[in-house]
Amino acid sequence: MVGVKGTSWGNFPRAQQTVRRIDWPGEAVLEGKGTLLPYGYGRSYGDSCLNDGGTLLDVTGSERLIAFDPASGVVRAEAGVSLEQLLAFAVPRGWFLPVTPGTKYVSLGGAVANDIHGKNHHRAGTFGRHVRAFELLRSDGTRLVCSPTQNPGLFRATVGGLGLTGLIVWVELVLRPITSALIDSESIKFANLDEFFALSAESDARFEYTVAWVDCAAQGERLGRGLYLCGNHASGPGPLYASPPPRLAAPFNAPDFALNRWTIQAFNALYYGKQRRKVAEKRVHYEGFFYPLDAVGAWNRIYGARGFLQYQFALPYTGDAGLTKEIFARIAASKLGSFLAVLKMFGDLPSPGLLSFPLPGVTLALDFPNEGARTFALLEELDGIIRENGGRVYPAKDARMSAASFKTFYPEWRRFAEYIDPRFSSSFWRRVTQEAVGDE
Amino acid sequence: MKRVLIIGATSAIARAAARIFAGRGDRLFLVARDAAKLQVTAQDLRVHGAERVDVTVADLDDFARHEALLDEAEGALGGLEVVLIAYGTLPDQKLLEGSFEETEKELRTNFLSVVSLLTALANRLEAQKQGTIAVISSVAGDRGRKSNYVYGTAKGAVSLFLQGLRGRLHPSGVRVITIKPGFVDTPMTAEIKKNALFASPEAVAKGIVSAIDRGRDVVYLPPFWRGVMLIVRAVPEPLFKRLNL
Repeated sequence: MVGVKGTSWGNFPRAQQTVRRIDWPGEAVLEGKGTLLPYGYGRSYGDSCLNDGGTLLDVTGSERLIAFDPASGVVRAEAGVSLEQLLAFAVPRGWFLPVTPGTKYVSLGGAVANDIHGKNHHRAGTFGRHVRAFELLRSDGTRLVCSPTQNPGLFRATVGGLGLTGLIVWVELVLRPITSALIDSESIKFANLDEFFALSAESDARFEYTVAWVDCAAQGERLGRGLYLCGNHASGPGPLYASPPPRLAAPFNAPDFALNRWTIQAFNALYYGKQRRKVAEKRVHYEGFFYPLDAVGAWNRIYGARGFLQYQFALPYTGDAGLTKEIFARIAASKLGSFLAVLKMFGDLPSPGLLSFPLPGVTLALDFPNEGARTFALLEELDGIIRENGGRVYPAKDARMSAASFKTFYPEWRRFAEYIDPRFSSSFWRRVTQEAVGDE
Repeated sequence: MKRVLIIGATSAIARAAARIFAGRGDRLFLVARDAAKLQVTAQDLRVHGAERVDVTVADLDDFARHEALLDEAEGALGGLEVVLIAYGTLPDQKLLEGSFEETEKELRTNFLSVVSLLTALANRLEAQKQGTIAVISSVAGDRGRKSNYVYGTAKGAVSLFLQGLRGRLHPSGVRVITIKPGFVDTPMTAEIKKNALFASPEAVAKGIVSAIDRGRDVVYLPPFWRGVMLIVRAVPEPLFKRLNL
């Protein structure tokens, strides 16, 4: 056991906890005292993957495959298998992830526990929709296979359940067939938010994957300008190789002044201006299409030691872009900058988890360098708008939402709480349910 | 298709190497102490494409069983072709300093049991005039350091034994490969604070399989350790004994 400092992707907040490796099934993993929380690759941004004062169960050593059916693409694998490892196995065999987020350094257990989504949400829904079953180890020693029909209550609580319902041992997932590792991609410039919504309505039918990058610094007529990125798996036979490991890594934390509103504005303007044409078509490997940031190892370090706050919300959309515009205007006016702003329309396929984040409508994800009180005040202000309009903020990326906000965003939280394993807890959960901290 | 015998098959490095063999469709025979770990390891390798995987549970400190073990492996594989010896323990040096009994136990596991296996293996491969024996030793065996000298002694002795064996088996066409990993991030080193010198088991496994494919004699993994150990070995003893290594 090794004590570690807080290691979530946003480098904020910090926490102290014991890490225990879970390398083999059947190890007496839940022995001892204090609270437990499963931990994978630490890509959750805030404190949902932290357990200050308790223990983290590091499952990354539990990374074996258990079964694969080459006819149906059903794979059963231990919870510590990363999406990268699964891709390395599946792609050469002509299979792909049914849903992938923007990084492949995510464990299967984490993908279930956060019911993650990707650029194909409008077609495929969340990750949890493609999970046939998983095994859950509870702290009383019981092992339960959960599926939509077997232990369905625990299934719905565990999908999106932030690791609180017990330790996921293995996951059975249905992969998606591909004939090529390449993606036919299109990048389309849009001048403002109205154009984004129009593009989205048109292209979500043509493309399996769609997402937009938005320049959050632009104001006035250019408010919400950006690049709309879409893609389909290339049809017909093509190369089936998985990706090489990353070559670059940010080797240390950048000085805190490296990212300020001037550098962020410059970056955004350059990124937008780089593409001259209205539409650019390219055939690219899936690696560059889905995981551009994975190519830069520890990119979170560019925000410096103070860390950063990621903010992602989902809002119902009924054809009126007004609310989204208002939010963009407030962010632009705050000049607190966002390095990466990602905008997408979620589809209306229901999410299976009690605490699943996606809902039909629009979703926006932004990074904010942690500038203390000003940043927190802005995000609290945005929370207010989201609360009043039936939206949600994503726990996997959160480090600061209030307990009141959480309970409004996730009205099922009480029903969920009944399924929590008594030994399991997280910094996030204690924060949003106002439990006393330091429960050992 | 190769016929690969892996002794100590549930170690992180061995599993990563086995996956590479499995991905090529090789036939595997796995030996390890823990039946449950052996079973999930074998299943993982089947899924990864191994032509066939057989296993046997064995405590390798039981030298008397070694010949029977090799018979079993040879039978299941249909012959011995590649043998990877990959087991070992990393003892707590401080504990050993106070106990010869514990020290002897470490030397039995990390050195003598390997010699017992190698003696039996060498005779079989020499008789069939082909095959490859790869053994995971360690950079720790390149020089005795106060922080870890019992482990270092065992690994150094293994390296020395392999050096002689390599010469003996050379005329018969049997290859003997000494593998010297540096720090590897595995359950064996879970208690040690990680730094930039630590390599992944996958990277080390890749180097092992490549050394077997190319029939190398001695490999350091990752390769930069060859340079590091050259320097470590070059430090004069009067100075070295004062270093906190």
